[in-house]
Amino acid sequence: MKQKPSAGIEEILEQLSPLERKIIPFLSSPLKTIEKKAGLDTTSVLRALRFLEAKGLVKLETSTETIIELGTNGIYYKKHHLPERVVISVLEAHNHLSLEEAQRLAKLSENEFKVSLGVLKSKALVSLSNGKLSLIANKEEIIRKTFEEQLIDALPLEKDNLSPELLFALDNLKKRKDIIEIKTRTIPSFTITELGKKVAGSELKVDLLEEVTPEIIKNWTRSKKFRKYDLQTAVPRIQGGKQHFVNQSIVYARKIWTDLGFKEMKGTMVDTAFWVFDALFTPQDHPAREMQDTFFLKDMHGQVIENKIAALVKQAHETGIPGSTGWGISWDEKEATRVLLRTHTTSLSARTLAKLKSEDLPAKYFAIGKAFRNETVDWNHGFEFYQTEGIVIDEKAHFRHLLGYLQEFYKKMGFKKIKFVPSFFSYTEPSVEIQVFHPEKKIWLELGGAGIFRPEVTAPLFGKPIPVLAWGQGFDRIIMDYHDIKDLRKMYANDLKDLREKRFWLR
Amino acid sequence: MAIVSFNRKEIEKTIKLTPEVLECIMMLGIPVEECTADTLSIQVLPNRPDLLSMNGFLRALMSFLGKKPGLKKYKIQDSKCKLYVDSSLPKEWPYALACIIKNVHFDDAKIREIIQLQEKLGSTMLRERKKGGIGIYPLDNISFPVTFKGMHPDKIVFRPLESEGEMTGRQILSRHPTGRTYAHICSSWSAFPVFVDAKDKILSMPPILNSHEMGKISTATKEVFIEATGTDYATLNKVITILATSLAEAGGQVYTIECIQQNKKRENIPNLLPRKMKIDLEQINNLLGLSLKERELEKLLPKMGYDYQKSTVSIPAWRVDVLHQADIAEDILIAYGYDRLEPELPRVATIGEESPASRRTGKIAEILAGLGLLEISTYHLIKPEEAKRFHAPFIEVENAKTEYKLLRPNLLIPALRIFAENKDNEYPQRLFEIGTVFIQDARKSETGIAEENHLLVATSAGNFTEVKQILDYLSRMLGLSYTLTQTVHPGFIEGRTGAITFNNKRIGIIGELHPELLRASNHKMPTAVFELNLDELV
Repeated sequence: MKQKPSAGIEEILEQLSPLERKIIPFLSSPLKTIEKKAGLDTTSVLRALRFLEAKGLVKLETSTETIIELGTNGIYYKKHHLPERVVISVLEAHNHLSLEEAQRLAKLSENEFKVSLGVLKSKALVSLSNGKLSLIANKEEIIRKTFEEQLIDALPLEKDNLSPELLFALDNLKKRKDIIEIKTRTIPSFTITELGKKVAGSELKVDLLEEVTPEIIKNWTRSKKFRKYDLQTAVPRIQGGKQHFVNQSIVYARKIWTDLGFKEMKGTMVDTAFWVFDALFTPQDHPAREMQDTFFLKDMHGQVIENKIAALVKQAHETGIPGSTGWGISWDEKEATRVLLRTHTTSLSARTLAKLKSEDLPAKYFAIGKAFRNETVDWNHGFEFYQTEGIVIDEKAHFRHLLGYLQEFYKKMGFKKIKFVPSFFSYTEPSVEIQVFHPEKKIWLELGGAGIFRPEVTAPLFGKPIPVLAWGQGFDRIIMDYHDIKDLRKMYANDLKDLREKRFWLR
Repeated sequence: MAIVSFNRKEIEKTIKLTPEVLECIMMLGIPVEECTADTLSIQVLPNRPDLLSMNGFLRALMSFLGKKPGLKKYKIQDSKCKLYVDSSLPKEWPYALACIIKNVHFDDAKIREIIQLQEKLGSTMLRERKKGGIGIYPLDNISFPVTFKGMHPDKIVFRPLESEGEMTGRQILSRHPTGRTYAHICSSWSAFPVFVDAKDKILSMPPILNSHEMGKISTATKEVFIEATGTDYATLNKVITILATSLAEAGGQVYTIECIQQNKKRENIPNLLPRKMKIDLEQINNLLGLSLKERELEKLLPKMGYDYQKSTVSIPAWRVDVLHQADIAEDILIAYGYDRLEPELPRVATIGEESPASRRTGKIAEILAGLGLLEISTYHLIKPEEAKRFHAPFIEVENAKTEYKLLRPNLLIPALRIFAENKDNEYPQRLFEIGTVFIQDARKSETGIAEENHLLVATSAGNFTEVKQILDYLSRMLGLSYTLTQTVHPGFIEGRTGAITFNNKRIGIIGELHPELLRASNHKMPTAVFELNLDELV
């Protein structure tokens, strides 16, 4: 007898999907019966049960059972008899055989034959004396199927259903190669809850609408009602296309610089030592110019095209410019023509400065690009990394402006507290190292250097000394920090699972 | 950059290392690596080799803290001894400078410290001895004048430091551990440099090692002979100055030696006369964004170890980094305090602008991401084993420390690696990358290498239709049109490979990858790609 549902149950009833409705009348039956009665496959019934479970109507349970099946050899032996049976048959035809003859006639492998012999001896069916193998049991014993043969005939079986004899046989056969395969299977079952019983006993409304169709829209009447959805039901995950997370943050940083009135510089990653080192007043015997730190390119020979600038650079290194002594060591143009992967993006700034004219001032430029170091790769090291580079060329520019630009940039990158400490770079003076305070980790992070280009840099490139505020900090550490990446290698590992799940740059 | 460690107890005889003092050290421009109960380790930046010795470090710190400001003066006497530099020397090693320090007290800690200083000067200023070498000897055994000369390697015979018996110059390079380490510097020279004294005894064979008999310092040593030899007179002069003043700071008495070079140049060494530099306060204020008064400079410069009077700075001889007024300006700033500086964002009207290439890259990324493609970002270097399936003249980097040794000539090679590494991740994998590739440039460019900005699109499992759809959509959205013509390309399936032409120029390739290439790349799914040169689209 169907009862009138109470208010809470009413709500549940309106949420039942067609699939759930199909099985609700049969909830007192076991799974297999439901499948049959509802005319659904196992997967659909289980899905419906999971929906019902979410509504608190049933409780799903799983148990496991162990299934014993035949392995590859097992299947073969079931068809062609176990090797020990083959040996018996051979001996029935020719009793008292030497081992070699028995094996040859039985057409068994060395291993199969040995195993068979052991089995037959342990069952006291054969004996070996004077090198001859003989059947010793009576006819009846010989023709009776062994437990092993009985087991093979009976498989597949659930382990719990095996008799003690067959269990014994199983233990024996398990030791032999690929006769038996043991699988575990999970068996779903369910129990109906009190609430479930009430719902199952209630009358199911049949006039709830499922999908909105063009017909329904056309013929809509107020008396109709839609089935309610369970909003908590999990939906399958989807993935979207997107920019690589490193590039997302570069787009953001680029926006900061352009908002601050900076023009973007572009240039090559491969350059001559002239633009990477010499134009930046790095002495020719400086350790950074050695092979263990820099990627020089094999068999590539560059040239210095800007002869006028090169002559001035040579002079700055050897004897200095007015007011400076220079390095006082001779400068070799050949050394400057070595071709390499830029070790910093400051080569772009040097090239920009060389092209600039007095009437272009004041001018501000930035670049975000890869730089390279000949490094090993581990969690903390890599051979390529991004730098954010900037220069401000202005007669009136001074050191506190430099700090102002850097503070503004890092504030926009999310670091409120910033500290400046003295540092050294061969092409800037004064120089400064930027440290930002990490609010969660409560530590100061070193982000890299900045300074004002030395007159020995600006005089040859620009034609006269002029204040050029300059910086070039590593950018990867900021990205790592934002995404909580601990291992530098993960930045460019391109694990697609990781890329698909990675959240957007949200600053 | 060098990291040096000092005995904390020794330092604390002069100043206690409180947290405030450690902060001061950092604000002096000396990064503190570590400070434990026993040691203080600091980073010495390349401009300040005078900080490599504990005494030099303390000299700088004590004046910065205002405890001993101003230019430190050392009393110097003339030893009346001479050093002759002989023309028999190999041309690769022409110079030698030397001086004498008396009244030194070497305990074991001091000996360790002086050895550290000698090593660090050798590895930094002297570039791993390629530019010069340093030697220290007990004075007692030496008869003056001393001569620095060249001898045939087989004629040089003496007992090297810490060795059992005598060896010839050539044997030292092959048998003695220090000789083997530095053999590469001098093995090709026609003559080897040696110091010999007035009695013809060999003191050492620079820049390799000292004689055991003549050049071993012990706790009994009270007076020493110091020399520096090498390729560059000015550098050697700086090295000797730093060594001599460091020992003087520890209580030693400095005696000069008259050093006569091959070119007859004579100089009493060390020459500790301060250099004078006139500075322009207005220029300095403009550079720093400060408005310091003359009076303030008189306080600030002595904190950095200078004397200052009437616009003229007296620079101590050991401050070898000061080349220009800008260097003085930085020291003024350090003395003033970086932490006191107010950052200022100037209101300079300039127009910000993204480069056309970045703008284009951004648009293309947006279009492709809109199609559900995932962007990857790969290294610019590839492995030779990945490259061998493609024939192109590859550009190789020298002495790479990893297996990534070649510049990528296309974006397909790294993408194949990414597919292989993701073969157990969810399919379909629809990827794109926009990045730089490198090709040898026949035209006479500065580097001989041309860089192109490429776009790669690759879908797996994917087929020709799918990538052509993407190419179609992309070109429609960019308002461009292209044509395809059948072509053959290594790694692609013949008959399913097209050359992409734009403006009568071949700018790329599209097609399905050949199973052989996929299998060799350890990739299991059908894959279709296109790659084109974005620089040609402008």
